[in-house]
Amino acid sequence: MANTVHIDVVSAEASIFSGEAEFVVAPASAGEVGIYPHHAPMVTTIKPGALRIKLADNAEETLIFISGGLLEVQPGLITVLADTAVRGHDLDEAKAIAAKDAAMEAMQNRTSDMDYAKAQAELSEALAQIQAIERLRKNTH
Amino acid sequence: MAGSKEIRTKIKSVENTRKITKAMEMVAASKMRKAQDRMRASRPYAEKIRNVAAHLSFAQVEYKHPYLIKRDVVKNVGLIVISSDKGLCGGLNTNMLRLSVNQMKTWETEGKAVTVSAIGNKGFGFMNRVGANVKSHIIGLGDVPHLESLIGTIKVMLDAYTDGEIDQLYICYTRFINTMKQEPVMQQLLPLSGEQLGSPKGHWDYIYEPEAKPVVDQLMMRYVESLVYNAVAENMASEQSSRMVAMKSASDNAKEVIGDLKLIYNKARQAAITKEISEIVGGAAAVA
Repeated sequence: MANTVHIDVVSAEASIFSGEAEFVVAPASAGEVGIYPHHAPMVTTIKPGALRIKLADNAEETLIFISGGLLEVQPGLITVLADTAVRGHDLDEAKAIAAKDAAMEAMQNRTSDMDYAKAQAELSEALAQIQAIERLRKNTH
Repeated sequence: MAGSKEIRTKIKSVENTRKITKAMEMVAASKMRKAQDRMRASRPYAEKIRNVAAHLSFAQVEYKHPYLIKRDVVKNVGLIVISSDKGLCGGLNTNMLRLSVNQMKTWETEGKAVTVSAIGNKGFGFMNRVGANVKSHIIGLGDVPHLESLIGTIKVMLDAYTDGEIDQLYICYTRFINTMKQEPVMQQLLPLSGEQLGSPKGHWDYIYEPEAKPVVDQLMMRYVESLVYNAVAENMASEQSSRMVAMKSASDNAKEVIGDLKLIYNKARQAAITKEISEIVGGAAAVA
């Protein structure tokens, strides 16, 4: 086996790439980084951009576009934790505010504090219905 | 033939219902397979990020992230409730909400205020109806969970934690065990406990680029997000299998009802025929 390092590219929604690489170039937030096997352990954030992977048994470079995330280098293992969405502080903030506002609006349309008695009553009613149906099913079989 | 028309109409209507439940069962079955695949697809990321987080929490870092620091006094608790958007899926949401309400009640008696964040229409509707303090929500996720749509809701709770508005964050969802079995679970998200992360294989400190703080911040946020995403993916798989089972039993029930109704219908028909014959025989006897 040649001098290679294992690389995994994963996102929260799917596993994107896994293989042995001779050389990897990643768009780190502080500038592009090139990683050869036996690199020192490192963690860095990455910007949206192209990840270039030189595979062990292939002269061509594999290109993977990622919209940011994290890069971790362990001895003998590179992990790229890719984001599935374009992220940014302002973008995240806007989403948080939208989620908050929607909840506030919904809150205004109702009364009083948390009523546990009511909650329990509603739940037991629903549960009783389900149990009744199940009993009915058992009896008829 | 008294009532035979009514019985026929009834049979027809139950047959139609059965067609619908049968179709829903098949739709749920195919969606369930996809939902399970997605649930599995999200596992590698969760595993990798947990490994990195475990390394970071054990490595000697000059910066300790607030998510890792346990607070002595817990006054306010945050809860993320994950439910389905649609109903007709058996006891899935009811069981999960029951667990959360019981836990919320316990917290309340301990003097802790509870803030809720709802993912999914059913849980949101319920929490709003019964008057819980719902701080953020997201509904209408569809069949494919997208992390992008969850970010806002999660960030509200994470910010509340960072600002000290809540001291602990829990998540409640339905865990997928197998097609026939799903189980509501309650898990603590924040502060992250050491046992949750597990101990890392090997020991080394990292080079941080550009600095430790932003990297660790981002990593911890991603970690919590991935946990929530995982929970949502699992909840969706549970929802589809629960719906499939519920619809299957509905179809079976409809079949049985149709059988019973057909028996009644045939009996009524036979009774009418017998009656007619005896009338004719009686009439013939009177003439002769």
